[in-house]
Amino acid sequence: MAETESQLAAVQAKLGAKVIETLHPQGDDVVLLDRGGLRESFRLLKQDFDFDFLSDITAVDYWQEREPRFEVVYQIFSRARRARLRIRVPVPENDPAVESLVPLWRGASFLEREVWDLFGIRFIDHPDLRRVLLYDEFVGHPLRKDYPVNLTQPRVPERTVNGTFVDERSRNKLLRLKKSLGSKL
Amino acid sequence: MKAESKELPAEIMELQMGPSHPATHGTIKFNLKLEGEKVLDCDVEVGFLHRGFDKSCEQATWTQVIPYTDRLNYASSLINNVGYALAVEKLIGAETPPRCQYIRVIISELARIYDHLTCCGMASSELGAITAGFYMIEAREMITRIVEGLTGARLTVTYVRIGGVKHDLPHDFAENVLSTFTKIRKLLDDCDRLLSRNRIFLDRLSNVGVISQETALSYCLTGPLLRATGVNYDVRKAFPYLVYDQLDFEVPIGSRGDNYDRFICRIREIEQSMQIVEQALANLPVGPVWIDDPRFVLPEKEKVYGSIEGLMHHFKIIMEGIHVPPGETYFAVEGGNGELGFYVVSDGSGRPYRLRVRPPCFIAMGAFHEMIKGYMVADIVPTFGMVNMIGGECDR
Repeated sequence: MAETESQLAAVQAKLGAKVIETLHPQGDDVVLLDRGGLRESFRLLKQDFDFDFLSDITAVDYWQEREPRFEVVYQIFSRARRARLRIRVPVPENDPAVESLVPLWRGASFLEREVWDLFGIRFIDHPDLRRVLLYDEFVGHPLRKDYPVNLTQPRVPERTVNGTFVDERSRNKLLRLKKSLGSKL
Repeated sequence: MKAESKELPAEIMELQMGPSHPATHGTIKFNLKLEGEKVLDCDVEVGFLHRGFDKSCEQATWTQVIPYTDRLNYASSLINNVGYALAVEKLIGAETPPRCQYIRVIISELARIYDHLTCCGMASSELGAITAGFYMIEAREMITRIVEGLTGARLTVTYVRIGGVKHDLPHDFAENVLSTFTKIRKLLDDCDRLLSRNRIFLDRLSNVGVISQETALSYCLTGPLLRATGVNYDVRKAFPYLVYDQLDFEVPIGSRGDNYDRFICRIREIEQSMQIVEQALANLPVGPVWIDDPRFVLPEKEKVYGSIEGLMHHFKIIMEGIHVPPGETYFAVEGGNGELGFYVVSDGSGRPYRLRVRPPCFIAMGAFHEMIKGYMVADIVPTFGMVNMIGGECDR
């Protein structure tokens, strides 16, 4: 365990005031980081501590439990030292945004899009921040704790894409359906 | 035909492939930008199978989540079970008895064989090697029979519990597995003879979907996709869990990062997994398969129906769920497609506060445009086949 404690201490020494707190639950190394200059912090971790692999980006919504409300959670590890590190970044409700890590790891793109999609946390400088699992017309961010689990969203009309081949038979079928179901569709 | 239209138009065509395309197994849409048949860019649209796994898990008790995890990567549901149980046990601070750990290793490897056989079999049948595909699916069916004999279900197994496994192995399990492995090895030999010198098969896979080591690392790829580029990263070796550090096995590594290396990595991993199962069966210790902790383990049925204390104990665990201490943890296992991680947050109640799965094939689909850029439309089929995108896990 001495090695991991020294890892946490070294990270704290390197990042200085950006570290809010270091924790060591269940043998994991956890660092709470300030969101200011987040990409620079990760660049230092990647460069000086050999944390070359990003495992995962996710978020947790501590609605009415904690202040600030959100936490973006990063799992990184070093292949050479075989050490994992978890970075938690508190994000307030009134300005849910953190810096994007796409310049460091291009794989962060999909993961950050998912967090935006499900939590509504924006990633600054993300090249293509669209919804990924849900559709564009979806209203709200379903993994927020204040999103009701049984809420249904209205059906969206068929999107016309330029140059798309449209099968008239299916369109007629859809028209018939719309006529028979009326406003329910 | 007009005389002046000899030159073919060179404009860029946008083509939408999917969401339900006969040549790609899985519901996914590729928005392609094509120049002739060459893929210039590919925007992958996922999420057609999104059913709110995370949100559903927050409504269920810790034990009720296990059936949900079956439906993530349904080609290796046993690994999902094991990974989830290990993550929750890490939060509890419990360590299962040795026999349980060996059983979990055995079922994980059986699921890995199943996963790789699915991937390789489907990919080869999509390339026209129907015979080899059916041989592998026959081998897969034998694994399914073993899993069915063990758990009672073919795909949605729900075999692992927090703190143990549902029940011990059946008495004829070891001989069943060993005789099945003899048959699988024979089938794989046949597949090898059918495929390894087959010109069409090799040409469709070699130097297609190439991704460099740096790109693979930058895109957070894991599993056979990463190992095919020559990076030696396997969670079983890098962060050993269960009893993998006591077992002797190799991690097959490719060099070129193309589809052929991915295929070979998977085929060689099947052999390694079979060796792991054989070793684990030979060293299988006797003893209990559950931890000895009434807070997390259901009482025996005799106690439930024979005493009021047992009935209350049973009722409390079923209705309230087990009480996992507050905290958060991340635990990763090596799934069929790569690092399968579970990030678990507990607030001390009977239900997970937050449960996040690191889905390896979702991340792989994030890098798909990088693999297919510059190749032909037809190359999407083998490349997508070797990614082994499983909708249940990718879209959750």
